[in-house]
Amino acid sequence: MIEDIIAVLKENVIQGRRTVDDEGIDEALSGKPGVVELTQSALDNNIPLERIITQGLTAGMQVVGEKFAQKEYFIPDMLASAEAVGEAMEILKPHLEASDVQTKGKFVIATVKGDIHDIGKNIVAVLLKGAGYEVVDLGIDVPTEKIVEVVKESETQFLGLSALLTTTMLVMREVIEALKQSKIRDKVKVLIGGAAVSDEYAKEIGADAYCVDGFHAINVLDSFQKAGAQ
Amino acid sequence: MPREGILVRTPYERITDEQVQQIHHASMEILSDPGLISFNKDAAEIFRSNGADVTTVSSGDNPSWLIRIPEELVLSAVDSTNKTVKLGARNLENILVMKGDEPRVFFITGSETNTWLDVDFQTYVRKSEPATEIRVPEFHPRRGTVADLCKSAHVCEHLQTVDGYIRTVNIQDKDITEDNKDVNKFFASLNNTTKHVMSGLTSLHQLDNVVRMAELIVGGKEQLKENPIISFITCLVKSPLQFVEDTTDTFIEVCRRGLPVVVSSSPQAGTSAPIRESGIMAQINAEVLAGITLSQLVNKGTPVLYGSVPVRARMDTLGDSYGSVETSQYNIDCVQMARFYKIPNYSTSGVCDAKIPGQQSSIGRLFSDLVVTLSGPQFLHCAYGLLDCNAIFCLLQAVLDDAHFQMIKFLLKPALIGEKEISETLTQIREVVATPQKMYIRHIRPVMRSGEISPPYPFEGDLASDNVFALAYERMNELLAKPVEHIDSITTSKIFQEIPGLLPRLNVYEGRS
Repeated sequence: MIEDIIAVLKENVIQGRRTVDDEGIDEALSGKPGVVELTQSALDNNIPLERIITQGLTAGMQVVGEKFAQKEYFIPDMLASAEAVGEAMEILKPHLEASDVQTKGKFVIATVKGDIHDIGKNIVAVLLKGAGYEVVDLGIDVPTEKIVEVVKESETQFLGLSALLTTTMLVMREVIEALKQSKIRDKVKVLIGGAAVSDEYAKEIGADAYCVDGFHAINVLDSFQKAGAQ
Repeated sequence: MPREGILVRTPYERITDEQVQQIHHASMEILSDPGLISFNKDAAEIFRSNGADVTTVSSGDNPSWLIRIPEELVLSAVDSTNKTVKLGARNLENILVMKGDEPRVFFITGSETNTWLDVDFQTYVRKSEPATEIRVPEFHPRRGTVADLCKSAHVCEHLQTVDGYIRTVNIQDKDITEDNKDVNKFFASLNNTTKHVMSGLTSLHQLDNVVRMAELIVGGKEQLKENPIISFITCLVKSPLQFVEDTTDTFIEVCRRGLPVVVSSSPQAGTSAPIRESGIMAQINAEVLAGITLSQLVNKGTPVLYGSVPVRARMDTLGDSYGSVETSQYNIDCVQMARFYKIPNYSTSGVCDAKIPGQQSSIGRLFSDLVVTLSGPQFLHCAYGLLDCNAIFCLLQAVLDDAHFQMIKFLLKPALIGEKEISETLTQIREVVATPQKMYIRHIRPVMRSGEISPPYPFEGDLASDNVFALAYERMNELLAKPVEHIDSITTSKIFQEIPGLLPRLNVYEGRS
């Protein structure tokens, strides 16, 4: 029974089925429980959190990543799976807080002041959630002071800033300066992304990394994790 | 089920109905004054015996006759043509059915070039940075051979958008002569593709051998009538307004046998036709109608295509400029004229002025392929691999062209907008705008796998470099490695016994146990 739930959970992650109402790729799964229901069922059956995460959610995402690399899956598939895993993590969150199982870390993300573009930012948020990060999405047109305040209060390790426009990318520099003035710059890694920015611009304003897309962001964060562990 | 081609639901029309009428009337006037000069005696006699005014222009070694064709004779011939023409195929799923009043487009190869362009890739090292190497395609022209023709038919059999096959290259092997060229070019084509095969004829003496070969493949005379796996292109008219002696003979004989035939005229605006659009259109329409009239006088009901290959002259050399915008304009006009007569149109696109594949060839051919397709010709030929007007064929270019036509076919798919779709859309929009992220990405997935999303360009590299040629070359070799369905061994054996002049090396079963 336990084996079954974990195996079906993993399969539903691969299929990107968030809930019972979702279509996957395999029509045979239509009308059957999705990742959300199966995660709850796993908890109800007292399956250990670590097993739900590693053998169900993470193992499923690993297969999704492989299919993506082989061009069998595309970004919408990846996002559907990541979104399903993100919702599962929300269900598991209170249980994780009461246990000693750790998430990969906290990630605050925002589109900077003056910019209302959020497609890329939202995709990054979904993918990072699916990759096991606790994501705090502040939304669009976020004032610099608000970003600094949340970083300070949440003690986040990672901050993602997004801007599409050449006019609003300048605000990213202001955010970094404000973090310095609040004396928390060394406590948080700042990642920037968006159509207007580049690796060169990240270096110029003192950001820690420029990310082309959500997948790149996951790799960059993982490299920070590895460097931190050494 | 025959091939579907692509239906152009709302064809692009360049000229108004009034302009169509004006061209039609001008063509009728041209056919009666000045009329056509015929260097073919039979054609002159056929027209004379059917009421045309025929007078001798010159006699002796090179006799000619002036034929003035009355309007009622032309209109009666147009009336008697089949408005639906069927082109058969070895594989019945590859049959083409063309209706003169239905803008359903089939994409066809051709036409015959003398030069075959080989491709290979050389590696170059950057002088300032020897560790950096790049692969660059090099193109080597040479005379076409029968092996090239087989290779091209083989690849075109597998190219998704190719609906029919016109021989792409003139076979110039040492053992090919005027007496065996036709049987070898038809056999090489028919044996390597199960799609329809169309070609011109080098020698009228070979017509019956070619027809017999086709009969052996389909099982007999009646079967060939039912499934005409071969058809013929004849350039019986030389612009301006002349029936050529030998090709008109061929045309008459093909008509007598009731096989599908293209009346092809290819005037050049500026030299063999007036430079202005009104002029070349009035003349080409008169020339094609004269041929169509002859076809119906020879054998009423002969399946005939309105063949138009107009081109504008280059101003620097007075050679052909198939890449000129006007050439596409003329072709679109011809599509409209053929539709006016409800006769299926054999049209032209994808011929470019560039001598090698590259940016100019891509721009030129994609432009004409797209705009001429949008006008809705039934039989769009020359569309694959042609370069340097119609002097060079490159198989790599044909593979690239297939990708163009996949895009064009996708463009012309009918719009999926109806009550069901609108209702689903409203539900989706309401659902998504109520979510915090407001993204529709979740709804892409079912659509993505239903074939509603156009595929990416098949030869896309890593976007930082252009690997189009290398990737298309890989694809070409993959297609060459895929087997084709040859004519079966018993039929092949019968063909080689009965048809003289076939090259033994074309028998794929020879030497097999």
